[in-house]
Amino acid sequence: MFALYLREVRLGVRAGGGALTGVLFFLAVVAVIPFGVGPDLDLLARIGPAVLWIGALLASLLGLERLFQADREDGSLDMLLIADGRHMLALSVFVKCLAHWTANVLPLVAVAPLLGLFMNVPPVGLAAATLTLLIGTPAITFIGAVGAALVVALPRGGLLVSVLILPLSIPVLIFGVAASRGAVAEPDPFLPPFLILTALTLFFAVIGPAAAALALRNAD
Amino acid sequence: MRLAAEALSGERGGEVIFSGTSFAVACGEALLVTGPNGAGKTTLLRILAGLLRPAAGRLALDGGGEEWPDVGPACHYLGHFNAMKTALTVEENLVFWQRFLGQARMTVSEALEAVGLEDIEHLPFGYLSTGQRRRAAIARLLISYRPVWLLDEPTAGLDRASEGRFGQLMRGHLREGGMIVAATHLPLGLEGAGELRMGEEAT
Repeated sequence: MFALYLREVRLGVRAGGGALTGVLFFLAVVAVIPFGVGPDLDLLARIGPAVLWIGALLASLLGLERLFQADREDGSLDMLLIADGRHMLALSVFVKCLAHWTANVLPLVAVAPLLGLFMNVPPVGLAAATLTLLIGTPAITFIGAVGAALVVALPRGGLLVSVLILPLSIPVLIFGVAASRGAVAEPDPFLPPFLILTALTLFFAVIGPAAAALALRNAD
Repeated sequence: MRLAAEALSGERGGEVIFSGTSFAVACGEALLVTGPNGAGKTTLLRILAGLLRPAAGRLALDGGGEEWPDVGPACHYLGHFNAMKTALTVEENLVFWQRFLGQARMTVSEALEAVGLEDIEHLPFGYLSTGQRRRAAIARLLISYRPVWLLDEPTAGLDRASEGRFGQLMRGHLREGGMIVAATHLPLGLEGAGELRMGEEAT
């Protein structure tokens, strides 16, 4: 299983630089907001965490549809399906999700504090937004795996994946933003939404790979 | 160990392609599946590997014990695609499959030598020619042990010399008590192999 993780990370880093695309898209989304909203520093600081979250959410959708499609095209997916008796398929999917997250989403989390500066987010808010992204984005990847598995047989499934998984990732977004705002805005609590966010990630870490495995097994 | 299929039928997209196919393969035996295009050779192999469900009939691997309870876990499937990543080197690809599939038999360099690719193990898989890619995929059959080899057009793209070398590898596998089910149009150099003709009884 660790071999699968290593291979997937290596592919993610080596082939095409999906991480850089995501980071550039994230940068583009966050950078244009101040121009659109205007130079009101208080307003920017207030919407900053939300913008970071929306940017990261959209950027992490890029490349998700290739999660299983590339494997299907070169026949590796058949091998994963046949190896089901030895390595449970849901576990293989889980490992692939983790690797995808490491190679493509972790860089987004890493640049989030930097992009937060664009939005005049105070240091505590930056730390909170980064922490919530770190905890919350795996959930989006796990949800995305279900979408990617469902459209694995379709040649142009990219947009469909986004449409399928966006409604499911709304709760993650809500609690992620609520927690990061709670860290700065005084009456709002930080811990309750943060714990719910953690629970969401754990929940989807179980449901997502199992559902994706089911979809993959019935793909053709 | 014995691989047996009884009155198997397969369908693609709701249309029955073949039905009532029965055969049995014992240890050390090979079965060549022949027939015109569209006769259902690939579908049959995919059903054997457990990738598709049979529309009807029964499929069993008897005497495999706890180690090989079913055909799927006991088989190597060499399909139309080579299941290798073009961005990784030949060696990285094979090392991964060996660690993932388990039951290591030959080392990666031994397997590459057996298929005649020992000089290019450091090249990315994407730089290889069609025949070389096929040989790298054949090396996957050697690095980890499976009693059943399911081969779909295994010699597609191979030159004469590689075909001969692959014939030797298959004979070696049969001598060790393995089984081979191969869909092919070309003679594979396996004497005494059974033949299953598909697509004739249907008409």
